[in-house]
Amino acid sequence: MHLHKYEKVWLVFGLASLVLFLLIIGFAAFWKGTHPQSHIETIDPQNVEANESFQPDNLGLTEVADGKYVVNIVASAFNYDFGKEEDGTATKTIRVPKGSTVLFQVTSKDVVHGFQVAGTNVNMMVEPGHISRFESVMKNDGEFTVVCNEYCGIGHHLMFGTVEVY
Amino acid sequence: MEIFNFSKKESRLYMAFMHVTFISLLVGGLMGLLQTLVRSGKYTLPFNIDYYTILTTHGVILGLVLTTFFIVGFQFSLMGKTVGISDKQLMWGWISFWVMLVGTVLSAWMILTGEASVLYTFYTPLRAHPIFYIGLTLVIVGSWIAAFTNFRQLYVWKKAHKGDKSPLLAFMVVINMIMWFVATLGVAYSVIVLILPWSLGYVATVNVLLTRTLFWYFGHPLVYFWLLPAYMAWYAIIPKIIGGKLFSDSLARLAFILLLMFSIPVGFHHQLTEPGIDPTWKFIQVVLTFMVVIPSLMTAFSLFATFEITGRRKGYNSLFGWFKKLPWKDVRFLAPFVGMAAFIPGGAGGIINASHQVNSLVHNTIWITGHFHLTVATTVILTFFGIAYWLIPHLTGRRLTPRLNKLGIIQTFIWAIGMTIMSTSMHIQGLIGGPRRSAFSKYAGGDQVSTWISYQIWQAIGGTILFIGILLMFYIFIQLAFFAPRGYEEYPIAEEEVDAEKSPKILENWYLWIGITIALILFAYTIPMIDIIKHSPPGSIPFDWPIGRS
Repeated sequence: MHLHKYEKVWLVFGLASLVLFLLIIGFAAFWKGTHPQSHIETIDPQNVEANESFQPDNLGLTEVADGKYVVNIVASAFNYDFGKEEDGTATKTIRVPKGSTVLFQVTSKDVVHGFQVAGTNVNMMVEPGHISRFESVMKNDGEFTVVCNEYCGIGHHLMFGTVEVY
Repeated sequence: MEIFNFSKKESRLYMAFMHVTFISLLVGGLMGLLQTLVRSGKYTLPFNIDYYTILTTHGVILGLVLTTFFIVGFQFSLMGKTVGISDKQLMWGWISFWVMLVGTVLSAWMILTGEASVLYTFYTPLRAHPIFYIGLTLVIVGSWIAAFTNFRQLYVWKKAHKGDKSPLLAFMVVINMIMWFVATLGVAYSVIVLILPWSLGYVATVNVLLTRTLFWYFGHPLVYFWLLPAYMAWYAIIPKIIGGKLFSDSLARLAFILLLMFSIPVGFHHQLTEPGIDPTWKFIQVVLTFMVVIPSLMTAFSLFATFEITGRRKGYNSLFGWFKKLPWKDVRFLAPFVGMAAFIPGGAGGIINASHQVNSLVHNTIWITGHFHLTVATTVILTFFGIAYWLIPHLTGRRLTPRLNKLGIIQTFIWAIGMTIMSTSMHIQGLIGGPRRSAFSKYAGGDQVSTWISYQIWQAIGGTILFIGILLMFYIFIQLAFFAPRGYEEYPIAEEEVDAEKSPKILENWYLWIGITIALILFAYTIPMIDIIKHSPPGSIPFDWPIGRS
């Protein structure tokens, strides 16, 4: 099969770029630990409280060490349960100081949801039976909309929250 | 090269597929327009119609119905032209048409009555009415009948032409249909074995991750199933339209074989942000995804080489003279060319989407919607339109008149402008976090959300322009089908150079290429599938109320 000289140059250049590109994302993933979230940890979707992280008292923001936080969230159609405020009303806004490291842990009680803190790298699928986790350093201050970005039913666009970095 | 003439009854079959295609374009396009209007925040749907009903209709009608009907019909015509069709095969062609049409009507009925607002990716454990799943199964089974008829057509031709290489276009059709068959096995298993019994209540729970994985095993080759017929036109039809010859028969075949191999074992790149799949296997499938770069680069080279060789032969020898002298005023060339141009940003966006960790920046944002409106809704559809301008009059015994040609050129411009506005604003809004698949919402308010909404207004403007383009295209279709003057329109098929090199026999070694394809699938999916099943959580019970079913 005949390959034109220019086509050989074109393909060799293209393939070399591809190899370089794959090495970069491979290096970032395996050595720098920037894999997309994949914890393969399961949970019973009809009994999420059986997992300590998702008991009603443990939902929402907890400071686990200096500058390190965990946020536990139970998603269900069409709401994110971020726990309760001191006055008993449902928490809608998570407030963390700038520069803090925040681990988001989310699971679903019913159908498939999304969980994105828009404007950050936190973007996960949330599926019944699985726990989704993503840790991020909140480098910028401001208000970030938490949005369900995976279709979950006719109230899908009404499912949201806020992360405020101050 | 042997070229068969179409009999009247043959043309009728191919036209039947075209009628469904263009009716789907109109219906699906209207849904798209309504979506962009709703998302602008300035318009609410009448009669209590739910946003997600029109979203599901838009996706199913354009993503599955329009594409599959056009492709099956176009491919039947390619087979009829290059290897011929017997009466018995013609009958099977009609059976495939009717099975697909009945399936479409059943699914459409469920979607339009709000019983199936599950979008075309199914979204278990949301549960649609069982008839929705049965309808979609019929669409796929109908396309299988077409696939096996196409296989039979080439087989019969081969037996009568011992030792000859198969016609290039017939070879390409068979590659596409092998890929389609192997890929749809996954979604068919998911629907028939996992979802249907569960939707009927015979099984209590469903494994959500398994249905998603099987869907995406099908979902990515699906996009290649749309693209390959466009490639067929680019490789083997466009050269004829511009007055040239095939660039290389063997390289075209090799590109199609590579596309077959690397189209299927790649579905995880749609599931990169899912919690239940091992990241190493995700990365392996990312690498396999990127192998598509090779046939893509080959295709780009071959297209521009054809353009240049043809132009220089006509005596346009200056550096870019051959490019300036391409037949820009021939819509049969212009529309597919604009499609090719859109594939450059489309492909670049695809590289971003499939890039393992970078994906989390854009996953499920409206960036993705912007991406596939460049690829399928510009590259592929403009090429399909480019085919329709000669295929429809060829089938109906009419002519593409200069007036219709001109309208086609205007249509192409309208499409390019509308899509540039809509797709660009989708890409930008996605990069700053705006979600896809969502009705208008102000969420918690704030600056972020009001920026999103400003881009949604641009999408409504682009969407409106595109809908005007759809109306114009539908008008052109009706003209070509029923009113254009009688005459003869050429079915352009490019020929090889007289002194073309012989294509190696190995390119037609089906056992080898299908064998490698299956081996790659087994490599990419066996271990992660075992993991998914072994580590599966308690199954999910069905949910009806979130989609408004009682």
